[in-house]
Amino acid sequence: MRIQQNGGVLFFLIVLAFTSSSLLASIDLYEFSSEENQARYKALTKELRCPKCQNQDIADSNAPIASDMRREVYRLLEDGQDDRTIVSFMVDRFGEFVSYKPKVKPATYLLWYGPWAILLLGVVIIALMAGRRATKKKKELTEELVSNDKEKRDSGAKSASLDQHEQVEQLLSRFKDD
Amino acid sequence: MNKRLVFLTPLAIALGLGLILFTAIGKDPTKLETARLNDSIPAFNLKSLVDNSKQFSEKDFIGKVSLLNVWATWCPSCRVEHGYLNTLADQGVRIIGLNYKDDREAALIWLKKLGNPYEFTIYDPHGKLGFDLGVYGAPETYVVDQYGVVRYRHVGIIDDRVWSETIKPLVDKYNQIASKVQPKPQSK
Repeated sequence: MRIQQNGGVLFFLIVLAFTSSSLLASIDLYEFSSEENQARYKALTKELRCPKCQNQDIADSNAPIASDMRREVYRLLEDGQDDRTIVSFMVDRFGEFVSYKPKVKPATYLLWYGPWAILLLGVVIIALMAGRRATKKKKELTEELVSNDKEKRDSGAKSASLDQHEQVEQLLSRFKDD
Repeated sequence: MNKRLVFLTPLAIALGLGLILFTAIGKDPTKLETARLNDSIPAFNLKSLVDNSKQFSEKDFIGKVSLLNVWATWCPSCRVEHGYLNTLADQGVRIIGLNYKDDREAALIWLKKLGNPYEFTIYDPHGKLGFDLGVYGAPETYVVDQYGVVRYRHVGIIDDRVWSETIKPLVDKYNQIASKVQPKPQSK
């Protein structure tokens, strides 16, 4: 009974340890004029990357710069700016790095199209290999057929010549008898 | 021959990928691109750190090549580079300070104690200009040409090596351009 109780406390502490830091990370209190704005704020702060603590979005980061960025996102949102304007506002200041969805441009072609290109290459290679295997099989099959045919014809010719031979012999023996 | 191609294609892909990835080895991932590169200093209106009644704006950068140094008393690396900034100022390099998200009293004591290498210091307690510049950590130093255009950003401390290898050549280059162009506006 007592062990169970301790287990409960331990479980509670473990849960606390894993949740507290993320709760503390963004404790700013903003009042939104609409629920839609609040939802957009949530989405935008997840889409923007913190320049200082890399590999964290600004919603998750407690760096001062991330808090500044959240404040600006809030200000621009309540100002009536659309999502694209807000993201490019950040990109103008901190570079493409800050967006988890970088724009499609020559420098990011590899990023956006690279996986598709590799996939296409794989499909082409598989198609080529499959094609080659199919032609190889066909070739083998026809070769087999041809050789079978030849054998048949060869053996046929042999038997024909054997028949003729016999016939000649029979004829000869007939003349001999006479 | 076709069989050879099948074996060589993955090899070629691996080599190509290796080459691309190899160029990124040794790159410091904390050094970001400078979004403001070749853009004018963003418009601002901020008070002087030293004289509360004085205002500065982006126009104060025009006319001379300068270094814009972002610093704060809470930034240990700023203390490290401060001595070197003093020697640069003694050599006649124009350095403008941007006191970033700092406390005025503490900043003034800092300058009194460690010396003041700045022609003037912009007081930016809320990091407004810093944000518009894309400052993500102090110290940062910008090379600004005579038209107030950002030409280079260095993140981290400036020491003898950084100065002589990267920043001085740029300052010299834009000074040279400035000295060539200067006669023109006078004839206007």
